[in-house]
Amino acid sequence: MADSGVTDGPDQKNDIEQAKNDGRELTKEEKQRLRKEKKQQKKNKEKKEDKAPQESVKEKPAPSPATAPQPPTQTPQQKVPSALPAPVVAGPDAETGAASEKATKSKAELKAERRARQEADRASKQQGKKGDGPQAVAGKSKAPPSELQPVVKRLPEHVQVDNPEVLKKLAKKLERQQIPLRSDYGYKVSLFSHLHQYSRKAPLTQQLSIPSTVIHPAIVRLGLQYSQGIVAGSNARSVALLHAFKQVIRDYTTPPNEELSRDLVNKLKPYISFLNQCRPLSASMGNAIKYIKKEISNIPSQYKDKEAKGKLINCIDCYINEKIILAAKAIAKYAIEKISDGDVILVYGCSSLVNNILCEAFEKNRKFRVIVVDSRPRLEGREALRRLVQKGISCTYVLISAVSYILPEVSKVFLGAHALLANGYVMSRVGTSQIALVAKAFNVPVLVCCETYKFCERVQTDSFVSNELDDPDDLIVTRKGKTQLEHWQDVPSLGLLNLVYDVTPPDFVDLVITDLGMIPCTSVPVVLRVKNVDM
Amino acid sequence: MELQAVLMAAGGGSRMTDLTYNTPKAMLPVGNKPVIWYSLNLLERVGFEEVIVITTKEVQKMMSTDPKIKEVKVKLDVVCIQEDGDMGTADALRHIQQKIKTDILVLSCDLITDVALHEVVDLFRAHGATMAMLMSKTHEFTETVPGQKGKKKTAEQRDFVGVDHSGKRLLFMANEADLEDGLSIRKSIMRKHPRMHIKTGLVDAHLYCLKKAVVDFLAENKSISSIRGELVPYLVRKQFSKVNSSKIKEDTDDQSQKNSDSLAHQELLKSSEDENLLQLAQERSCWNDHRGDMSEAYHGGKLRCYVHIMDQGLCFRVNTLASYIEANRLAPKLFEEPAVHPSAVISERCQMGSDSIIGEKCQIADKTSIKRATIGNYTAIKEKVKVANSIIMHHVTIEEGCNIQGSVICSHAVIGRGADLKYCLVGNGQRIEAESERTNEVIVGTDQLMEI
Repeated sequence: MADSGVTDGPDQKNDIEQAKNDGRELTKEEKQRLRKEKKQQKKNKEKKEDKAPQESVKEKPAPSPATAPQPPTQTPQQKVPSALPAPVVAGPDAETGAASEKATKSKAELKAERRARQEADRASKQQGKKGDGPQAVAGKSKAPPSELQPVVKRLPEHVQVDNPEVLKKLAKKLERQQIPLRSDYGYKVSLFSHLHQYSRKAPLTQQLSIPSTVIHPAIVRLGLQYSQGIVAGSNARSVALLHAFKQVIRDYTTPPNEELSRDLVNKLKPYISFLNQCRPLSASMGNAIKYIKKEISNIPSQYKDKEAKGKLINCIDCYINEKIILAAKAIAKYAIEKISDGDVILVYGCSSLVNNILCEAFEKNRKFRVIVVDSRPRLEGREALRRLVQKGISCTYVLISAVSYILPEVSKVFLGAHALLANGYVMSRVGTSQIALVAKAFNVPVLVCCETYKFCERVQTDSFVSNELDDPDDLIVTRKGKTQLEHWQDVPSLGLLNLVYDVTPPDFVDLVITDLGMIPCTSVPVVLRVKNVDM
Repeated sequence: MELQAVLMAAGGGSRMTDLTYNTPKAMLPVGNKPVIWYSLNLLERVGFEEVIVITTKEVQKMMSTDPKIKEVKVKLDVVCIQEDGDMGTADALRHIQQKIKTDILVLSCDLITDVALHEVVDLFRAHGATMAMLMSKTHEFTETVPGQKGKKKTAEQRDFVGVDHSGKRLLFMANEADLEDGLSIRKSIMRKHPRMHIKTGLVDAHLYCLKKAVVDFLAENKSISSIRGELVPYLVRKQFSKVNSSKIKEDTDDQSQKNSDSLAHQELLKSSEDENLLQLAQERSCWNDHRGDMSEAYHGGKLRCYVHIMDQGLCFRVNTLASYIEANRLAPKLFEEPAVHPSAVISERCQMGSDSIIGEKCQIADKTSIKRATIGNYTAIKEKVKVANSIIMHHVTIEEGCNIQGSVICSHAVIGRGADLKYCLVGNGQRIEAESERTNEVIVGTDQLMEI
């Protein structure tokens, strides 16, 4: 489905004709499709390496107005059981692909020219050396070699684990930063072999010296807590990260002949790589890091160490206060308006924000009851259940396999999010998209609660491209003294997959409650744009 | 800096006086290396660059001349204390309180282990523990101990160690000697941890990671003198005691004793800066260390003690004669070193087993048979000597025709011609006259006998 842009062309042509014959009101659709076809023809002449996986990583502010009119037109069509829904759904994706290409073409052209110059320089240098991949080579090796302008789309390295050149680059980078490389564990399911899979029994601290000198002890502690799951959940991870950074900044002294604004950022880079090795960074953490780096670089050079450090610590405190604590209060305020007496609310897993909302609503004397849905292997719902019951809220607990059984009772679904992507997709704990799908089928409103600092400029339409693989041994369970999967590694045809995240399409989400208010899912890029202007 | 290492090397070896009356315990040779070398080597391998060594002047002198210690690359900061033995380990920590700037890792010099130290330290780091310690399953000592009449094992004082269901959190620790009429467990512990595993077959490795607040607490509370005997049980107990808020403290006047107690508790729980941030992170995190009751992670307790129990690998303390002999048997297997020192002169007609260790500059003459023995440095063994299952320390001379089995021969001893020693312990500098036959005896000098 993702690379529909090229392959579905002939099918769509047939469908347009069919539509014309049927006389349906698809004129807007039709026009858009014709436009798209023309763009595709142009595109096919120039670039050949724009495959869909790479599209998903490009920044695309443009396609959102294109996608906005799509959902309303889709819903009447979805009821029609014809072959149309597939290409219709495929249509907007191809649209987005084509529109994005048009938008980034001009930028890409300039980039391409610069790259061509760099390639020429590099080629002349590297005659005789083994061309051990700069990104361009890695990018090219994936796509068919283009004659004219090799436009390089940079994939993040954490989704290219099956590419040995990228791994080599990563190993070199870690060696330079003196951080141990964590090796992958176990057999990876082929569809996800491009992602890292680590074992919890092999912590990264095995390879570090015990009084850790290279990495600040607060960061080592944090990395351990991440990899063991002691600090889990988007908000908790960000707060813990900022706390550790505060300690790092406090213990930092500018070396002579260096500037704090540049040196501190360089000091933070190995720490971030270390944390990434312990557990892949979340979107919220990424945004927090971006913010800190920006603040550090903006420190005027005449500030003394003490002043600069004080200012940075203050910034961090403000960030946490505004983006996390106050945002939670604002979201609770908006969400409580949506909770009416007699509601039956369904929540999934343990989202700190949703728990906060429910506790506040209960304190404001709303009468409702909660159904907590849980899933293996994390079983986080138990923790959510404990917190809600401790407050006095009456709860029901089911596993996700029973969701379609209890949904007729449910009046609303509140979901938390790990990140909100720029095309309106919601990235959250694995299972969330299922809940949203079933809720949609039962016509139950789905409300996603998410702070704005979790909004992310990535675009993803499926859960395969970029995800996190947790320890497969977590799936092993011992019942009545028997552990069936104990020797799963010895069975050659068996692979255990423990996914952490999945993406929910915006059609299943009715409302996103953020600290800026209640917005539709597709307004995420607008918020991002406004935020970027602010910052 | 994350951790400072403190090595306690001032112990007197009170359970093996026969060996230690001349050589301090820290410098007893095990596998031809002084015992203290093993701990220093462990610290060096793991990545420590500096170690504070608390010891006596005698040991310091011996360490400065010992070639093996000189090979050690960590920087040693030796602190000397009086030898009279009144200073307990906690007193020693109090003594060096000024040097301690961060959390500490306390080791005992008689520990020989190949534990992956990151397992203990990871517990300390990840859970923000106040104390993390190392324990190991006991091994049975199978060798006959010289000087012991019969096979009767002395009644070891057992330790009762209670851990939670994960096996990591330390809930209860008591020695059999302190429990008069039974093991009593407080209800508050049972309420919080309904499943407790109580283990008795564990040996304490005397390796502790302690927070800096504990050292400060020791400085205030001068009544605690031993880490293992008093401080550890105190910390384990305090995990579950209620923390009185400051308002309640001001109430009744006979609370003065309790006041000091709770003050001490507050001292231990001194919060770091940004405690509220840590609290926020913990609240937002969807993790709990236990399930089944309504309380948050760690039951809201700030004082936590953890233990790492090793089930595989070597870990023992050289504090009795039996363990000393066992150590000599097993310790050389820890390292890939040649059994025979290159400078030893061994004649060709000597039968040497593969599990023997020959020290530096030894001279072994013809027709000798050496099996399962450890021979120290500068030892001379003459012809027709049979040595089996024995430990021979440095500078020993064994004349011809001797037969030595299952014995421990200390430094500078001389065994006369034709002597037959079975399961004996020959003290430092002793002479065994020729053609003597001794079985199961401890042969020490008369001046040592007076010390009792």
